[in-house]
Amino acid sequence: MMPWFLASSLLLSIVGLYVAFFVAPTDFQQGESYRIIFIHVPAAWMSMFIYLVMAGWAGAGLVFNTRLSGMMARALAPTGAMFTFLALWTGALWGKPTWGTWWVWDARLTSELILLFLYIGFLSLTAAIEDERRADRAGAVLALVGVVNIPIIYFSVVWWNTLHQGASVSLKSAPKMATTMLIGMLLMALAFWMYSIAAALLRVRSIIREREPRAAAEV
Amino acid sequence: MLAAQSLQCVRGGRQLFENISFAVPGGTLLRITGANGAGKTSLLRILCGLLLPSGGEVLWRDAPIRQQREDYWRELRYIGHLPGVKDEFTAEENLMFAAALSGIDITAGAARDALDRLGLGKFAHLPVRMLSQGQRRRVALARLALPDSNAALWVLDEPLAALDTDAMDRVLSLIDTRLAAGAVVVMTSHQPFSVVAALHSISIPV
Amino acid sequence: MTIWTRIVQRDLRIAWRRRSDALSSLFFFVIVVSLFPLGVGPEPSTLRLMASGVLWVAALLATLLSLGRLFAADHLDGTLEQMLLAAEPLWLVVTGKVFAHWLTSGLPLVLLSPLMGLQFGLEGDEIAVLSGALLLGTPVLSLIGSIGAALTVGLRAGSVLLALLVLPLYIPVLVFGAAASGAFASGLAVTPHFSILGALLLASLALAPLAAALALRISLE
Repeated sequence: MMPWFLASSLLLSIVGLYVAFFVAPTDFQQGESYRIIFIHVPAAWMSMFIYLVMAGWAGAGLVFNTRLSGMMARALAPTGAMFTFLALWTGALWGKPTWGTWWVWDARLTSELILLFLYIGFLSLTAAIEDERRADRAGAVLALVGVVNIPIIYFSVVWWNTLHQGASVSLKSAPKMATTMLIGMLLMALAFWMYSIAAALLRVRSIIREREPRAAAEV
Repeated sequence: MLAAQSLQCVRGGRQLFENISFAVPGGTLLRITGANGAGKTSLLRILCGLLLPSGGEVLWRDAPIRQQREDYWRELRYIGHLPGVKDEFTAEENLMFAAALSGIDITAGAARDALDRLGLGKFAHLPVRMLSQGQRRRVALARLALPDSNAALWVLDEPLAALDTDAMDRVLSLIDTRLAAGAVVVMTSHQPFSVVAALHSISIPV
Repeated sequence: MTIWTRIVQRDLRIAWRRRSDALSSLFFFVIVVSLFPLGVGPEPSTLRLMASGVLWVAALLATLLSLGRLFAADHLDGTLEQMLLAAEPLWLVVTGKVFAHWLTSGLPLVLLSPLMGLQFGLEGDEIAVLSGALLLGTPVLSLIGSIGAALTVGLRAGSVLLALLVLPLYIPVLVFGAAASGAFASGLAVTPHFSILGALLLASLALAPLAAALALRISLE
């Protein structure tokens, strides 16, 4: 299964990037630099979505006490962290020509940064625990605590942002999207999806192989 | 009263044991033997509900212990490797707090009596940090001498280790009395010992 | 309920017998707060502007420092294991421990905050808002922190890890706590901030002990 996801991810990103760079019209305000949002926005979507999926697996693992759930949660975390980082990085790249600065304390960027901290917390906790089952289960509790907190954190950051910045620039201020832009973005999102599934499957397989050499053949 | 159904334990990627099953009625002493590292402590912790078995189930009064939780723990007294006593407190304070955790209310006099029976009467009011290792061990074991009618299951990890013969005899006589009252006692021990009641022994293969 | 009072009594007594521990995190708070004027400069208007933020961040860090005490010692001598086998639910035990922790770490910060506020040139009513927000916010810090402390108990890199886990979760408290002072300074009502802090307190009171109890069971397997 895994190679199929990888192949379709590759294919979709080629088409998506083609749409992004050659089909979608140049933005009349931002020029060519806006094209980075074809990576930025899908990456930001994925970063949040993966955390939710991770917490879902984690919750299932705690409730049903299945080993695979914990492994799935841990297999997803690095990919999620990677997309969060990608979203931040591309956000900064986009911000420089658009806002004239690498970093603004925009509500979305700040939340994304905090999400990265949450991923780092999850990864460091699970890495610090030697016993695999304890690592899975402790990580699961942390992921669930994180998922309960994310809306509160997001709300507080948005609120904090409006308080301190008033009417400032935000990622939302982009003009109405052209259809081709939307298609490009959806294609990229789909490509990232496929990539995440492929990466998670690959990683979960190596986790299983590491823990139970005998059972690895089954996956 | 206490039963185990094909318990399996995997720790740190290594299987310690599998297919451990037994059922013992009240008034029985269950002795668990096995080489170092065979998983005796892990088995005891599984029986207490501290450690979730990788497979199998522990039954107490015919119901899985994970469904009984606090009701099970109200009847269980566990003495593990660590003494579970606080250095800052006196032996008496430690004992009274341990009793409160187990859900029994005792007077200071009862605590002193229990310490007396382990030969620690003189030290009841000293902070535990001033006692020797063997004495601390006895403070932990003094919990077994409390007036505690709820305790129907004792799980003791090497209770006789680091004790002199006198203290060993005292602990064994406590175990005998408890068994006579119909409780189940599960323990590990390197030292040979004898009790009056029925002895059931299981060995964890390496 | 008796077990709850017993735990609180016990932990307070331990804190009293080891009062230097509690005092050091209090001094830590004072020192961190006092470093800011040295770093930023003694300009009174700047100091007044950042007073609440500085005090809140310092309170976060001081709480973090004292969280290590919450379960670590009990874990080492085996009493934590006995608490897991208590005849009452573990979350009740956790609430007792957290309450005692707050009494010995959070409350002293609240009591000391007016003095720190004076250092930053705050007026009487500004100090009242700041200390009031801290009074509502510091228990939340202890409660959320207990989850992190439970997850990292017995780990080698425990204290650094604890900071990584807990600090992002402290952000809402920091935002609303510090903003209460900001709102007051710009002449707005502070009740919304206090209500939100109160809501955070209630929510964490309901959920954090359950999560921490679960985390303790996992950590002590």
